Amino acid sequence: MRGLLFVAAAISIVISVLIVWTLFTEAWTFLSGLIDEAGIGALIDDGKVPGWYPRNGRFDIPTIVYGTLIVSMVAIVVAAPLGLGAAVFLSEYASARVRRVLKPILEVLAGIPSIVFGFFALRVLGPDLIEPLFDTTQNTSLLVTGVAVGILVTPLMASISEDALRSVPSSLREASTGLGARRSTTVIKVVLPAAISGIAAALLISVSRAVGETMIAALAAGRLGQSPRTIDPRDPGLTMTSAMAQLAVGSDQVVGSTLAFQSLFFVGALLFLMTLALNVVAGRVVRKIRNAY
Amino acid sequence: MSLTVAITDSSTATVRAALTGTKRDVRGYIFAGALLFCLLASLFVLTVLMWDVVASAIPVFDKRSTGFLTSELASSPDKAGVSQGIWGSLMIAGFVVVLAFPTGIFAGVYLEEYAKSNRLTRLIELNIRNLAGVPSVVYGILGLVVFVKGLSWLTGGRSVIAAGITLAILVLPIIIITTAESVRAVPSGLREAGFGVGATQWEVTRDHVLPYAAPGILTGTMLAVARALGEAAPLLLIGAITGRLASLPGQGLVDRLQGKFTAMPIVIYGWANEVNKPGKITGLTFEDLNAAAIVVLLAMVLLLNGAAILLRNRFEKRRQS
Repeated sequence: MRGLLFVAAAISIVISVLIVWTLFTEAWTFLSGLIDEAGIGALIDDGKVPGWYPRNGRFDIPTIVYGTLIVSMVAIVVAAPLGLGAAVFLSEYASARVRRVLKPILEVLAGIPSIVFGFFALRVLGPDLIEPLFDTTQNTSLLVTGVAVGILVTPLMASISEDALRSVPSSLREASTGLGARRSTTVIKVVLPAAISGIAAALLISVSRAVGETMIAALAAGRLGQSPRTIDPRDPGLTMTSAMAQLAVGSDQVVGSTLAFQSLFFVGALLFLMTLALNVVAGRVVRKIRNAY
Repeated sequence: MSLTVAITDSSTATVRAALTGTKRDVRGYIFAGALLFCLLASLFVLTVLMWDVVASAIPVFDKRSTGFLTSELASSPDKAGVSQGIWGSLMIAGFVVVLAFPTGIFAGVYLEEYAKSNRLTRLIELNIRNLAGVPSVVYGILGLVVFVKGLSWLTGGRSVIAAGITLAILVLPIIIITTAESVRAVPSGLREAGFGVGATQWEVTRDHVLPYAAPGILTGTMLAVARALGEAAPLLLIGAITGRLASLPGQGLVDRLQGKFTAMPIVIYGWANEVNKPGKITGLTFEDLNAAAIVVLLAMVLLLNGAAILLRNRFEKRRQS
């Protein structure tokens, strides 16, 4: 029995090895092909209008990295205050009964598939909120994508921060109250600083989730497969994930240009490294608070 | 401060006001209000989302009734339905149940009950935590390279099997982590009692630990299936969009599993890219159909999710009392 159970656990190692191996061998195939064809410089396009045009052999990495960074930043600007505020309310202010009702609702909502948010972004957020508010020219943009991703990760942010806040020992709160501090002062000066590393981990995990979010970007970011480089959130653009989705969807048609299809793996490897770095740092931070109390 | 007031001003009324005066903590109220706003705002947006989707879905179910659920994909919004999407999603969920449940539960039990605290164990644990954070689209690449291309003799290429295995791998870390957590929560007295009467490790695990941890494990598995049902990005990479679930008459099960496929989230993605022209007979657009498709998907996902969370809370409460 022991052996069987061990094999089950060891499968996870096999999966990781397979992921890393496929990503990096295929990414290397792309890189060496690119060096043969156009030189490594093609990764940063220096044409008149730099951009991501895989079918023309122009793979401007900054285009899709900027897109991903803009979307994640907008998402965090939306999700961090909403999620943290909701978490503080649930953990410090809400009565046990209110929390018993609201926390499960928040958790159920955290399970809404991302494609639903993509549809919502196209239908409601884009035309009814972002377009009139920010005067964008069309209802798809990096900004809409970011806001929708922010709404998607808010329950996640709230849930992890709430766990961090609840793990703060109540003796700290009692000591602060005993010194005559108001509840708001206790929260701001005592509870939040004590939970800061858990909140930081929640932020990092939310960013990592936003960076890897695919379906919302594929529907609402507004560019199909190619895009000029932009740093204006109101412009339509491409993220790393939506570029990957569209390379894959078009994979039957791009037989002529194998390099374009292989760029999928290069972008995937880059995405993998970014999220891995975020998750490793978040994991370290979480272990640190476990030791603190 | 009230003391100085008392000395300089002998009026006792002033002193009393300073000492007992019910000063309102305005800043505190504003702070609490802002927090409540955050919570309500997040719930509000999600309510608007649900309401919008359900409101646009009602005419579809009204005009098409169950025909929407039983018809196949079509180019006209008058005829198109989601039957292939539902079947595809259910078949993929079947793979998750068959492949990921036993593997995940075994792995979780191994890590908590059997593994010695050594380097290999720590490596496996760290590895599982990191796997849980890998974006789903990256699992799509794994599926594309290994299961669609590498093992095409087994999977038949862009097929239900390839999709099922990929999503089973995607949710495996969730199942392992929740299983390990629920097994860890089993009181050690239960194990010691078992060992005390001479039970082997496996007997203790099978007869005492697993039954006690079962609700927690069940919750984790339900959440995992819900996640697999809603996942679209890996399927997009594996090639769901190019395939419509083949439903030739007289087709065997193996042929069907090796055949092209689609799933609910992919149907929604495809329809979101359709031209928004109302159908001649029903006047419905693909956008309307999409709202209805989302209602079907949400019904599957949220029912599973909600049941899982209720189950967990119920057992947590019972244990505490």
